[in-house]
Amino acid sequence: MSAPLVELKDISIAFGGVRAVDRVSLDLHAGEVVGLLGHNGAGKSTLIKILSGAYQMDSGEIRINGEKATINSPRDARRYNIETIYQTLALADNLDAASNLFLGRELTTRLGLVDDAQMEAETRKIMARLNPNFKKLNEPVSALSGGQRQSVAIARAVYFNAKILIMDEPTAALGVHETQMVAELIQELKKQGLGIFLISHDTREMLELCDRVSVMKNGQMIGTERVEDVTEDDILSMIILGRKPGEEAA
Amino acid sequence: MAASEPSATPSAQTKRSLLDQLELDTRLLGMIGAFVLVCVVFNIMTDGRFLTPRNIFTLTVQTVSVAIMATGMVFIIVTRHIDLSVGAILAASSAVMAMTQTQYLPNALGLGLEHPLTPWITIAVGLVVGAAIGCFNGWLVGYQGIPAFIVTLGGFLVWRNVGWYQTSGQTIGPLDPTFMAFGGINGTLGVGLSWIFAALAVAATCWLLFQARRNKVSHDMTPKPLWAEVSLAGLLSALIIGFVWIMNSYEIPTRRLERLFEARGEIMPEGYTEGYGVPISVFLLIAIAIAMTVIARKTRLGRYIFATGGNPDAAELSGINTRLLTVKIFGLMGALCALSAVVASSRLANHTNDIGTLDELRVIAAAVIGGTALSGGIGTIYGAILGALIMQSLASGMAMMGVDAPLQNIVVGAVLVFAVWIDIQYRKRMGEKI
Repeated sequence: MSAPLVELKDISIAFGGVRAVDRVSLDLHAGEVVGLLGHNGAGKSTLIKILSGAYQMDSGEIRINGEKATINSPRDARRYNIETIYQTLALADNLDAASNLFLGRELTTRLGLVDDAQMEAETRKIMARLNPNFKKLNEPVSALSGGQRQSVAIARAVYFNAKILIMDEPTAALGVHETQMVAELIQELKKQGLGIFLISHDTREMLELCDRVSVMKNGQMIGTERVEDVTEDDILSMIILGRKPGEEAA
Repeated sequence: MAASEPSATPSAQTKRSLLDQLELDTRLLGMIGAFVLVCVVFNIMTDGRFLTPRNIFTLTVQTVSVAIMATGMVFIIVTRHIDLSVGAILAASSAVMAMTQTQYLPNALGLGLEHPLTPWITIAVGLVVGAAIGCFNGWLVGYQGIPAFIVTLGGFLVWRNVGWYQTSGQTIGPLDPTFMAFGGINGTLGVGLSWIFAALAVAATCWLLFQARRNKVSHDMTPKPLWAEVSLAGLLSALIIGFVWIMNSYEIPTRRLERLFEARGEIMPEGYTEGYGVPISVFLLIAIAIAMTVIARKTRLGRYIFATGGNPDAAELSGINTRLLTVKIFGLMGALCALSAVVASSRLANHTNDIGTLDELRVIAAAVIGGTALSGGIGTIYGAILGALIMQSLASGMAMMGVDAPLQNIVVGAVLVFAVWIDIQYRKRMGEKI
C-alpha cells in the first residue's frame, strides 16, 4: 500500500501552560474521509489549524505523500494543495463571490492588474457545477445565505485542485437541503481522490459521511475507528468518557 | 432555496430597474446632491458670489491638500486603522523640503533657488521623508501590534516638532518658483493647455467606458443599455468641459498681466485678457485620484486592503501578509502627506510651523463624509475627494457670509456627525454591514 496522503506524527502544541494538542498521531489516505470528533476544546480545530498553517506546532512531524513537510503559514499549506474551509467561513463579507474565491491568488491581466471579468467568468463556471441556484455573483457575500456562502468557500477549495481538504463544521450553518448538498459534494470529491478531514459535532452525520472517525478529548487522541466497526453509542462513550469500545469501565 | 422576491408595485419596479440599468452608485448620487445643495444655498445667501469662476477656482485650490491626504486615509480607515499624524507628517515633510531648497542644496551642492534641479530634488527628498515616517508608523502598528490610534497620536506630537526643531521654529521662504507652481494660483495650465486637457480627459473617459462595455460583452455579461452608457459618457464629458470652462473664465487681474508683459519687456495690448485655466495642483489631485482608484479596484494591493478591512482573519488565512500590508498602507499615506506638503507650502509661498494644523481632523472627516466606514472594508476614493470638497465649501461659504468663527466650527462639526448618521441609515436600509 502506498504512503498515506497525510501523516501527522506525535503533534503537540501548547498555549500558555495548556497542552491543546498532546502527542497526537493521525493519517489520511487519498479518497478517504476521516472525521474528527470531540467536545469543544478537545483540540480538533487546533490540530487541523496546524495542518492548514494557521498555528505552528511545538513538536511532531507532518508527512505528505511520505515526505516531510514544513508548514509555517497558510501560504505553505496551499503549496501542498491543502485547502481549508473554516468554521467561521473565512470570507471577506464586503467582497463579492469571485473576489473571495480568488483571494490571495487573483488572476491578472498582462498589465498585472486584477482581471475581474475573467475571475467572474471562472466563478460562474464553477458555481454552475457546485450550486446551480447561485446567482448573486456581483453582490457582497454578506448578502448571501449560509448555504451560498458555504458553496463559495467550497468552490475555493475545488477550483484550486485541492488534494487535501479540511472542512471545519461545514454544515453547522446550513439547512437540511443545503446539508444534503454538501454531503453529496463530499462523496463526489472523495471519488476524485481527495483526502478529506471533517470536523463536526454531529455524530450521526459523521458516521454517514466518514470512512474512519477519530475522537479527541482534552488534547489527546482517544482512538480512531472504522465506521463499520462502531456504533453511535461507542463513539459517544469515547467522546464523553474517553474510553475505547471494548475497554471496561475502571 | 431560491425564494422569489415579493412582487413590488409596478411603479417601484420601473424606478428600481431604471437605477439598476444605469448602475449608478446611489450613495455617490446622494453626496453629489448634498454638494449641489450646499453650493446653491450659499450662492443664494451670498447674492451669487459663491458660484463665480473666481470662488470656484479658489475653492478647488484650497481643497487639494486635504483631498490628496483623504485618498490615503481611505485605505487606512478601510483596514480598520486611523492616522492622527497626517497634519504632523505634512509639517515635517514641508520643513524638510523648505530646508532642502533654501539651505541644504545651496550649501552642499551649490544649487540655488532657481536651479532647474532644485524643485525636483526637493520633492524627491520630501517624498522619501514622508514615506519613511509613514512606513515607521506602519511597522509599529503592523509588526509591533501597537494600536494605530496610539502610534499616530504620538506621531501627532513627534513629527510636527521634528519639523519645528529642524527649522528652529522659523518661517522659511521664499521658496523655489518652479516648486511654487504646485500651489495653485502661481501655476496654472493656461487656457490653451486646459482645453487640450479637457479634450484628452473626455476622450479617455469615453474610451474607458467603451472598453468596460466590450470586456463585459466578451465575457457573456449583459452590459448596460446603450442609451445609459451614452448618457453617462455625455454627463461626464459635460462635467469635465464645464469645469475647465469655469477655470478658464477666471481671468488674471489686469495689473498682474501688465506686470507679466513688463517683465518680458512688452506692452500689454489694450483690452487684453487671459484666463488662469486648470491649476497644476488640481491636475496633480486628479492624477493621484486616478492612481489611487486604480490601486483600490484593479490591483492585488487594493483587493487585499479591502479584504483585510472586511475580515482580517480571512485575509490572513488566505495567505495575505497583513503586517506588511499595514506598512505599505501607512507608507503610502506618508508619501501622500509629503505631496500635500508640496501643495500646501507652495500655496502659502513659505513654510510655517503651524502648516497643516488640524488637517488630520479635516482629512478624517472628508473620508468619513465621503462614505468610508470606520468599521472597515468600505470606502471610495472619489467619495473622500467629494467629502473634502463639501467640507471646504461649507467653510468657505460660511466665511463669505461672514458667519462667526465659533459658529462655523459648530456647523462643520454637526455636519460631520449628521453625514455619518445619514450613511448609517442608508446602510441599514440597504441591509449592509454598518
